[in-house]
Amino acid sequence: MKKLQLIIYREFKSKVNNKSFVILTFLSPFLVIGMGMLIYYLSALNGKDVKEIVLVDQSALKFKDVFLDNPTEKYLDFTDLGLEQSKDLVRQHKYSGLLYIPPISKGVKHLAESIEFFSEETPSLPFLSALESKIEERLKLHKLSLSGVTSKTISEAHFDVDLIQVNFSGEQSSKLGNGLRIGLGLGAGYLVMMFIIVYGNSVMRSVIEEKTSRIIEIVISSVKPFQLMLGKIVGNAMAGLLQFFIWGILLVLFGLLARFFTEGGFGTTPSSLVAASNIEMPAQNSEQSTLILKEIGALPLFQMFVMFVFYFLGGFFFYSAIYAAIGAAVNSETDTQQFLLPVLLPLMLAVYVGIVSVVDAPHGPVATVFSILPFTSSIVMLMRIPFGVPWWELLLSMALLLISFVGMVLFAAKIYRIGILMYGKKPSYKDLYKWLQY
Amino acid sequence: MLRIENVSKSYGAKQALKGVSISIPKGSICGLLGPNGAGKTTIIRILNQIILPDSGKIYLDGALLAPKHIAAIGYLPEERGLYKNMKVGEQALYLAQLKGLSKGEATKRLRYWFDKFDIADWWHKKIQELSKGMAQKIQFIVTVLHRPKLLIFDEPFSGFDPVNAALMAKEILQLRDEGATVIFSTHRMESVEEMCDHIVLLHRSEKILEGSLTSLQKQFQSRVFEIGLQTTDKKQVMAKLSSKFGVSEAHFQTQQDELKFHLQWDLDKSSNELIQALQAYGEISHFVAAIPTVNEIFMKAVNVHIE
Repeated sequence: MKKLQLIIYREFKSKVNNKSFVILTFLSPFLVIGMGMLIYYLSALNGKDVKEIVLVDQSALKFKDVFLDNPTEKYLDFTDLGLEQSKDLVRQHKYSGLLYIPPISKGVKHLAESIEFFSEETPSLPFLSALESKIEERLKLHKLSLSGVTSKTISEAHFDVDLIQVNFSGEQSSKLGNGLRIGLGLGAGYLVMMFIIVYGNSVMRSVIEEKTSRIIEIVISSVKPFQLMLGKIVGNAMAGLLQFFIWGILLVLFGLLARFFTEGGFGTTPSSLVAASNIEMPAQNSEQSTLILKEIGALPLFQMFVMFVFYFLGGFFFYSAIYAAIGAAVNSETDTQQFLLPVLLPLMLAVYVGIVSVVDAPHGPVATVFSILPFTSSIVMLMRIPFGVPWWELLLSMALLLISFVGMVLFAAKIYRIGILMYGKKPSYKDLYKWLQY
Repeated sequence: MLRIENVSKSYGAKQALKGVSISIPKGSICGLLGPNGAGKTTIIRILNQIILPDSGKIYLDGALLAPKHIAAIGYLPEERGLYKNMKVGEQALYLAQLKGLSKGEATKRLRYWFDKFDIADWWHKKIQELSKGMAQKIQFIVTVLHRPKLLIFDEPFSGFDPVNAALMAKEILQLRDEGATVIFSTHRMESVEEMCDHIVLLHRSEKILEGSLTSLQKQFQSRVFEIGLQTTDKKQVMAKLSSKFGVSEAHFQTQQDELKFHLQWDLDKSSNELIQALQAYGEISHFVAAIPTVNEIFMKAVNVHIE
């Protein structure tokens, strides 16, 4: 046991004492925040770009009442100039596009099918959808008024519905809460996948280093290969957890700083950006952040934290044992490619299932099955946990992951103990199978 | 005393050791000799408990070899390496602790060896800053630091510069004198011949010969003598000798220009009788009984084994 501790400590120290670890740990949160701000800034710039759209409305349905100017769109009514002249003007002045609504001669249905939008560049889908829904709304009003319904009645008949989401234990949640669940779940699952790949590779490189520097034989004449492999995996897992821990602290610090600045009235964003991107004023901002905090408070945070640590460790042990076996089998890092694909595929599948299935139906059969299978559970289950997972599913998934990682570590150790002493030719899958028989 | 009893090991269909039994006396230096692929590395790995034998038993000082013996064995493999990014002292401490030494004891002993080899200022250097010769010293220290009862050196002097090789040889002899049993495993038999007092010859996964070097030399002696004879007419004397004895021309270094030849003498006659017989042909200026080298013993033993 003392030897295992020594190996874990050496592995942990060599990982943590590394410049790249320090830089990655302390710099990446700033990088992530910096990139977020950059994207936000760029999208705000995007928003500043005002689209000028020419409207030629020959329908007499007063579409100009629907197409009102807003910070991103400006509508120019060229109805009096006619279609052809308007087209020329649009080309000359490089306006964003021309919306042509023909006369309503053959009924509303025909009109709906004849409206055209001319533009030099293909417009974005959201922009077209927004135009379409405004036109649909106007045509609906027209049709209803033809049936004798007054616009007042129509306006009174419009209700904003915001469903109150309540579970059977009486706990309320909201769309914002759902968004948070999706965000946190996907974030946690994605983070675990990234860590498995990054730290799994680190375990593999460490094994290759020991093998190529030929110290391996000295070490395994003192400890069992299994101990060495386990020590490496645990040492790397601890370095990973330390990194998470530091990020957690930094996150809390950033949160506190952001709150301080918000409440102090300094504002978190330049005023020009706020004005340009429809962001609410600081008072509303503060209200929103209180709501977010309330929603975060309503999440099963402790369970999420414990499960995150469990699934991170379980998934990491499971996959890093394979990484260690690969490292032991090969003679250099360039030989690892053929063995790495089968490791990466289930990880990628897990994230894909998470993004597609968990967001859509967190308790659907696909998400449930993949959150129980040990190859994908460490990622998919983490994505599901914020939505609440039945205890039996959680226990089954945890038990299967535990059994599988022990099995995988033992299986990998068999390849590892032979592989580390094999030099020379590049091994094939057949060789690995043979080593399992020794 | 190290006793290996009927040990066999296979890797898949390939048999690496076939029922090998060896006894190495305590406090001796044993040459585990044989060509590449003879099974030397497999025996060493079994002794180090890196791999387990398929059958057979091993006893170290009368006790069945067990994990607790790891601390009693020091091993310097043929392909030696160290962690490139670790500091010398830190690394030596780590490896010593893996052998069961406490940190305090390991530090004390390392300081002793570092002072002895005059390398105390290397403690905080990284391995990648050291030359190959410097790294070899560290590897040697790490191998012997925990004062093992059994020391195993695989291809002990390959890659060592002459100064380091002599230094290591001196230290190994000292450790032997203090009671350690030493195993040299090599295919370059002449490199360890001078230091070994016990020899084990392996060939194609089998032990073909074992014993003390002197007894083996006696067993394989050929009664060939290397002789220098002062005479005025070398041709005539050589012709006379050829008609009476089995002689062949020889070339060896001497101070004088004399008739040099090898002579095959009868096994049942003493060397004194030969000296008396030779005196009739001239003055004997060089008379040496040719002792078979380990290489020659090995070749003969392989031939006998094949027959």
